[in-house]
Amino acid sequence: MATPDDGAALQSPEKPYKVPIVAPGHTTATVTDKISAVVQSRTPRWWFIGFGISFLLLMMFLNSVTWLLWKGVGIWGINQPVGWGFAIINFVWWIGIGHAGTLISAILLLLRQEWRTSINRFAEAMTLFAVSCAGLYPLLHLGRPWLFYWLMPYPNTMGMWPNFRSPLVWDVFAVSTYATVSLLFWYVGLVPDLATLRDRSRHRFWQVVYGFGAMGWRGSAKHWHNYETAYLLLAGLATPLVLSVHTVVSFDFAIGIIPGWHATIFPPYFVAGAIYAGFAMVLLLSIPLRVAFNLEDFITLRHLQNMGKVMLATGMIVFYGYMTEFFFAWYSGNHLEQFTSMNRILGPYKWHWFGLMFCNGVAPQILWMRRFRTSPFWLFVVSLIVSVGMWLERFVIVVTSLHRDFLPSSWGMYAGTKWDWMTFIGSMGLFLTLFFLFIRFLPLISIFEMRTIVPGTKGEPSRGSEMTEVPQ
Amino acid sequence: MTATAHSHEHPIYGLMAELSSADALIAAAHKVHEAGYRKVDAYTPYPIEEVSHALGHHRSKLPIIVLIGGVCGMIGGYLLQYWVAVLEYPINIGGRPLHSWPAFIVPTFECTILGAALSAVLGMFALNGLPHPYHPVFNVPRFALASRDRYFLVIEASDPKFDHDATRRFLLDLNASEVTDVAN
Repeated sequence: MATPDDGAALQSPEKPYKVPIVAPGHTTATVTDKISAVVQSRTPRWWFIGFGISFLLLMMFLNSVTWLLWKGVGIWGINQPVGWGFAIINFVWWIGIGHAGTLISAILLLLRQEWRTSINRFAEAMTLFAVSCAGLYPLLHLGRPWLFYWLMPYPNTMGMWPNFRSPLVWDVFAVSTYATVSLLFWYVGLVPDLATLRDRSRHRFWQVVYGFGAMGWRGSAKHWHNYETAYLLLAGLATPLVLSVHTVVSFDFAIGIIPGWHATIFPPYFVAGAIYAGFAMVLLLSIPLRVAFNLEDFITLRHLQNMGKVMLATGMIVFYGYMTEFFFAWYSGNHLEQFTSMNRILGPYKWHWFGLMFCNGVAPQILWMRRFRTSPFWLFVVSLIVSVGMWLERFVIVVTSLHRDFLPSSWGMYAGTKWDWMTFIGSMGLFLTLFFLFIRFLPLISIFEMRTIVPGTKGEPSRGSEMTEVPQ
Repeated sequence: MTATAHSHEHPIYGLMAELSSADALIAAAHKVHEAGYRKVDAYTPYPIEEVSHALGHHRSKLPIIVLIGGVCGMIGGYLLQYWVAVLEYPINIGGRPLHSWPAFIVPTFECTILGAALSAVLGMFALNGLPHPYHPVFNVPRFALASRDRYFLVIEASDPKFDHDATRRFLLDLNASEVTDVAN
């Protein structure tokens, strides 16, 4: 239970392990009021500025996509021998970011990590928007994106069907299922909160809008009973799903026989990398959000520190993956594998590789120290570095494996063109635009789940009200 | 159990008791169930398992629905691939087997999850009778607080044991801060 000590600890970076997951003094009423106030109070000025910038970036994205549709993929830097380039790098980068949201909402729920409650909603939104950005890239890379539906198996007059033995078709199934299930999970979580917003709205328009979303939810005990069952089952289904998605993404590489791709370590280290990148993005979003909306009571230093720990752990797994790749290149005795590995370190893209090692291997090590792990500033800096590092990782995997083909006569160099960069930065605009709209119109923290973790409520035993100290 | 049949038989939908704490609601739910009321529902701002138990709600049918959905997704996904790769569009590549089942596992798995997740969500809404935009309980102005910090218990007028005055007195004895008629 809350002690007077907790209040002081909340402010004190020296003892973040004493910080409760909800600041003391909150009740079901105050968490409801505080979180709905974010949606129902006047739009702050910074929101317009942030949304405006994001929207401009989105327009840049539309601009570059329009030009792509008009001219074709020749406006990008891809050519023989590097045919994948930015589109696939960005696809893997974005979809990796999405994974943290599902991990927080599903896996941490099953592991009964109560601290997830404050961050799961916006992390799930992040997943959804990141998957939207990711999904566009392979489609734009198709060459004729308007025929994207050929990827799906459907009876057609051409009498043709997709090749189910191809990892690229597996990817279609994995990513579309992931997007659908993430959307369902997110929406199911939103329904009771939409009912709260409906009941609190004074204006008829918003009552109708939120009422539509809430579908007549009234918090009946019978409903909650089925609802909790559905929520738990969805968490159980999303858990293997999220692990499968990045596994399948890694199959896009690992099933191929290209040296540098054909490795069994790919699935686990891709999944760890996805969680790593995703937590970096959750930190990048939550650190400004908690200040901007004055939500430090709910997203406490304890959350930030826990996310830092997850990042440190997954970062180490990823680094282990890099080392394993080198070990097996050497151990295989295959000179092509060995050449590709050495080419990564010493070849023309060596600075990308060293940058990757610094960003993903070295920089996060400062999180071993509590001083950095509990400082929002340093966590933000490390998260930025990790995001860059994870992008470089995909660059190194895609480009260095392809650019020196088996025959030296087919060697080449790759660099993104301005259209590549505009599409990439523009997709951040798409992500941020959606995110700004989300924080303005929907509760960015799950209100009903927060009610279960404040003291004095009768939640399930697993979501009890104890604000335990984390043993160090 | 149509709404019209309901409104013809009974002048009101039922009686609503407002309680200020979860503990009070759980205690009240137990007593209401013991007193023999069966057409009872509780309304809470967050899930409270004990209330459901107290009111004698049965186990949710959802898990079996999800199982069926998942199995259908699995069988459907596998059959689709088998039919495409073996029957409808066979391609002989170096004499490799057409029924290359290991390659079909990934889409089969994804279809399983998709089928199960869709049936979990649609099943939950169907079992709960949602969407259901109009419901008599919304006629009580204070009911808006059910999505904030108040707990409500409703005994429906269609319950055989329902008697307006007796039930009202009974509810007032359960620490209810207020007992209101719920208009149809």
